Amino acid sequence: MDTNNTTCKMVNIYLYTRYERFWHWLQSALIAILLVTGFEANGLYTLFGFKTAVEIHNFVGISWLIAFAFFVFWVFTTGEWRQYVPTTKKMLEVVRYYLYGIFRGEPHPFPKRKDAKHNPLQRIVYLSLAAFLLPLQMLTGFLYWSYNSWSAWGLGWLSLKVVAAVHLAGGFAILSFLIVHLYMITTGHSLGAHTRAMICGWEEVEERESIEDWEIKSRVKTTG
Amino acid sequence: MKRMQIAGLIFLALWFPAFAIPPVFANPGPAEGEQAPGRGMAQQATKGAKRWITADHSKHEALKQPFTSGPEVTKACLSCHSEAATQIHKTIHWTWVDPASPKDKPMGKGALTVNNYCVSIHGNEPRCTSCHIGYGWKDKTFDFTDASKVDCLVCHEQTGTYKKFPAGAGNPVKEPVVFKGDGQEYLPPEWNKVAQSVGRPTRENCGVCHFYGGGGDMVKHGDLDSSMTKPNKALDVHMGTDGKNFDCTRCHTTTAHQVAGRIYSTPAAKERKTLAQDDLTPRITCESCHTGTPHKPGVKANDHTDKVACQTCHISEFARALPTKMRWDWSTAGKKKDGKPFKEKGPLGTPVYDTQKGNFIWEKNVKPQYFWYNGTIDAVSLKDPIDPTKPVALNWPVGRPDDPNARIAPFKVHSGKQPYDTVNKTMLVPHLFGPPDSDAYWAKYDWKLALESGMKKAGLPFSGQFDFVETSYVFPTTHMVAPKDKSVSCNECHTRDDGRMANIKGVYLPGRDGNKVVEILGWAAVLGSLAGVLLHALGRAVSGRRKEG
Repeated sequence: MDTNNTTCKMVNIYLYTRYERFWHWLQSALIAILLVTGFEANGLYTLFGFKTAVEIHNFVGISWLIAFAFFVFWVFTTGEWRQYVPTTKKMLEVVRYYLYGIFRGEPHPFPKRKDAKHNPLQRIVYLSLAAFLLPLQMLTGFLYWSYNSWSAWGLGWLSLKVVAAVHLAGGFAILSFLIVHLYMITTGHSLGAHTRAMICGWEEVEERESIEDWEIKSRVKTTG
Repeated sequence: MKRMQIAGLIFLALWFPAFAIPPVFANPGPAEGEQAPGRGMAQQATKGAKRWITADHSKHEALKQPFTSGPEVTKACLSCHSEAATQIHKTIHWTWVDPASPKDKPMGKGALTVNNYCVSIHGNEPRCTSCHIGYGWKDKTFDFTDASKVDCLVCHEQTGTYKKFPAGAGNPVKEPVVFKGDGQEYLPPEWNKVAQSVGRPTRENCGVCHFYGGGGDMVKHGDLDSSMTKPNKALDVHMGTDGKNFDCTRCHTTTAHQVAGRIYSTPAAKERKTLAQDDLTPRITCESCHTGTPHKPGVKANDHTDKVACQTCHISEFARALPTKMRWDWSTAGKKKDGKPFKEKGPLGTPVYDTQKGNFIWEKNVKPQYFWYNGTIDAVSLKDPIDPTKPVALNWPVGRPDDPNARIAPFKVHSGKQPYDTVNKTMLVPHLFGPPDSDAYWAKYDWKLALESGMKKAGLPFSGQFDFVETSYVFPTTHMVAPKDKSVSCNECHTRDDGRMANIKGVYLPGRDGNKVVEILGWAAVLGSLAGVLLHALGRAVSGRRKEG
């Protein structure tokens, strides 16, 4: 995007730690494979063949489940969870930016900071994703996978049809997210800025005078 | 903080390779010297099958006497095997009546069962009972309590020369006779030779009747015909002479002449048990030897055994060596050429028209049809009312998806068109076989006379009004188990395009069943997102250019 006409100074900040980046790319690879094999297993198309698609899907799904446990550990031990606490503050500003300001070359109302990576819109989206949609997908996937053990686990009342439907709905939701997400990463100060940041950790962002208290993840509140 | 992340990464790195080798990937195919546990179990259960015997029947004086008839041989057998006839008299091989059927509505070939081949035995005994293990069941007067009427030889003789005459009520001929039906000459048995040859029944003994059911080779079962006398492994892994070389009795284990197997509504096995759980359990089910989880650990097929019969995947097609009859239309019978009955052969070398019988359809390499099946087959009796407005199922597999004993199993479904009583709404018995002056259909080609005569002989009412109705008759497919590389593949069932399980209800089948509502809403969301970002991108592109300009 055109940033030359702004008066903002650009700064390079270290946004994403090594594990964070590793986790992001691992998860995106897993999700991509799961989407492709999942929709095939659902009968939408033939690519690997049903058997191979299911085997890949099961293996990748269980891997994801295990890897996600490490992410949960990370997010809590590092305090990164605070970046996901939802807020409605200035949400409208962000929405207004994406619906209007972005076309006029205005600066983003919330340039990224190490301690405040997510703007209010991202907070709500990523929280829904990490705390609700992905776990739901893992839960329904795990149930689907363990179908033959339901009676032994006292889950005989479950309906495979319902579990499958919820899992499929989750798949569509993730695919929709992915489309928007892939587009949104082109909206940095240059088309590849966000992507580069997720690869090497550093992102060039507009310098920002202050971070407001509510945005900061750290327990020790800092002021401007 | 950073140290902790690195520790986590190392832990992940260690964890992943360990997990990255699940059984499904580690064993894409059977490695050398390694096989599925179910095969190993079955091999243990069946190896060392060398049979031994303490008697040489050719040395027995009782079998050296001059014989002129079957019953004389039987009496000689019984002089040592004193209980044999009593045992036989209790079996369905003898009575042709299902002992579990109600007394007022007995079922079985010898009772009120009706099929869509030659329909029923009543009035046609001398022809049908050439496959009875007795001598002389020519009509209703046959004495089922006469021990000497038991034919020991047909099951036990080992010369292969003993032949019952096809229209002789179970008797061999006394002098050479040519059977008009097949043009073959039948010779009187060399009684001493056949009597002294006796042994345990082989495939040839069972096959004499069971491969030729319905009046000829390949007619009835689809998974039992003369190709199973000496099959190769590709046709049947168990019976293949280059494979396990099993005789029928290897699985149809027998106690006191009671041969293990399904009897109409009585399943072949009441419980799913393996030899490891009960060493005297009949070997009649696949599970007896192969167990309920026969595949390698982690193989998804093990999870299917609760709802899918082994046969469903392991017998992908029946009639793989010879064609089998799939349809019999009686309504076209009676046409003549130059005033004479005639036969026509089709592309498979089998008759497609016969004046006596009507039109046939034969098929080879037939894909079975699938039904929920708990081992029981129910049937219409000659006394039951039928609904002629739609095809009449003369028998059908019993089982519901929620029945814990029911699994999805393969069947041959034989369709037919045959006479029924339009007033009484019952199936009708035609008198088919009889001398030229009788009312038999094959004598005068008059349906009305033949049906009146048949129903009279069956002791059942006939209004005199008849028509032809579509019928179906099922046979469970359980023989001709193919080598494992010929098993049904996952995507033949888990598919939306008319797969093998297309008609199976009551189970959610991934890959076949979707959810229309979720799919429509899902695609709306995906396409909506796509449209949204495309519009947004267009907006950015246009506004960006405007600024530059």
